[in-house]
Amino acid sequence: MTGETGVWLYAVTAAADAAPGFDGLAGVAGEPVRIVTVEPLAALVGSVPLDVFGAQPMSRNLEDLDWLAATARAHDAVVSAAVRRAPSAPLRLATVFLDDERVRELLRDRQEDLAAALVLVSGRTEWGVKVYGDRAALSGAIAEARAEPAGKGTGAAYLARRRAQLSAQETVEHDAAQRAEIIHTRLSRRAAAGRRQPTTDPALSGRTDWMVLNGTYLVDDDRADDFAAAVDALGAEYPGIRLELTGPWPPYSFAGVEREPP
Amino acid sequence: MNSVDSERRIALVDLLDRVLAGGVVVSGDIKLAIADVDLVQISLRALISSVSTLYGPAPESPR
Repeated sequence: MTGETGVWLYAVTAAADAAPGFDGLAGVAGEPVRIVTVEPLAALVGSVPLDVFGAQPMSRNLEDLDWLAATARAHDAVVSAAVRRAPSAPLRLATVFLDDERVRELLRDRQEDLAAALVLVSGRTEWGVKVYGDRAALSGAIAEARAEPAGKGTGAAYLARRRAQLSAQETVEHDAAQRAEIIHTRLSRRAAAGRRQPTTDPALSGRTDWMVLNGTYLVDDDRADDFAAAVDALGAEYPGIRLELTGPWPPYSFAGVEREPP
Repeated sequence: MNSVDSERRIALVDLLDRVLAGGVVVSGDIKLAIADVDLVQISLRALISSVSTLYGPAPESPR
C-alpha cells in the first residue's frame, strides 16, 4: 500500500484561533500540520503514510520504545504549539482517521463535547504532582510520636520505642496512603480539577523511591504560583514525604470525555 | 545510568502516561481500527521490556 495516507489528529481548537494556520510545524511523520475546519471548531491534523501509521504497522511500531518515544514527543510538540496559541483539546496518541471527511464528522458529532472541553481548559494548565515516601523516615516519625509519652532513657521507654517501631512499620503504608489522600484533596482544592493516575511502575521510572501519589491537576493560570507554593508547603509539612511538580503540560488528562466531577 | 538519562526517561514516562491514557478518545467507527485500551497495554509492555534492555545491568549502551 504505497502512497496511501491516513489523517493523524493532534488537537482540536476553536476555528477562530486556528487561522491562519501553523506554518512550519511538522508532525509525527515530519509532515506539515494543517487545519480541518467545521465552524466553530478546527482540528490540527497531518497526512501520514499508512505503511507506518496504519493499524497493523503501527501496533508493531508501538512495541519499539524509540519509535514510541519519538512519536509521542512529535505529537506533544504539535499539541504544545497549539496550546501556546489558544485553548486546545489534545487527542489521544495514535488517533488516525481514514480521511478529512471523517475528521469533519467528528467535529460535527462531538461538537458539544469538544466545545465543553475547550471551555474547561481555557486559561488553565495541567500540572503533575508525584509524591514519594521514604519508608524509613516515615516509620521513624511514627514510632517517635508514639513512644514520646513514656519518657526517655528508661527501660520501659526503650521497650515502648521498640514496640512502636515494629508497629510503625506495619502502619506506615496505611499512613502514607492517608497522607497521599490528604495531599490530593488539598491540591485539588487549589485546582479546577484533579485526578489520580496509577502510580508509575518502578520498572518504568527506574527509581526505587516509593511513589504514593501520581496526581495531575488543572490549575487556573493566575493561580499557578499559588499552586506551586502549596506543593512546596506540603513537602515541608510532611517529613519523609517528597513532592515533585512536573509541567506545564497540555491538558491531556482533562480534555477527554470522562471528566472528574468538580 | 547518568542523571540526564534518568531525567529524560522519567520525563518520557510522564509524557507517555498522558498521551496514552489521556486526550480526547474517539470511537472506532470513524477511524482506523485501533483499540485504545489494547494500545496502552501494548505500549507499556513494550516500555517495560525495552527499558530493561536499554537501561539494564549492562551500562555500555551505544546511545
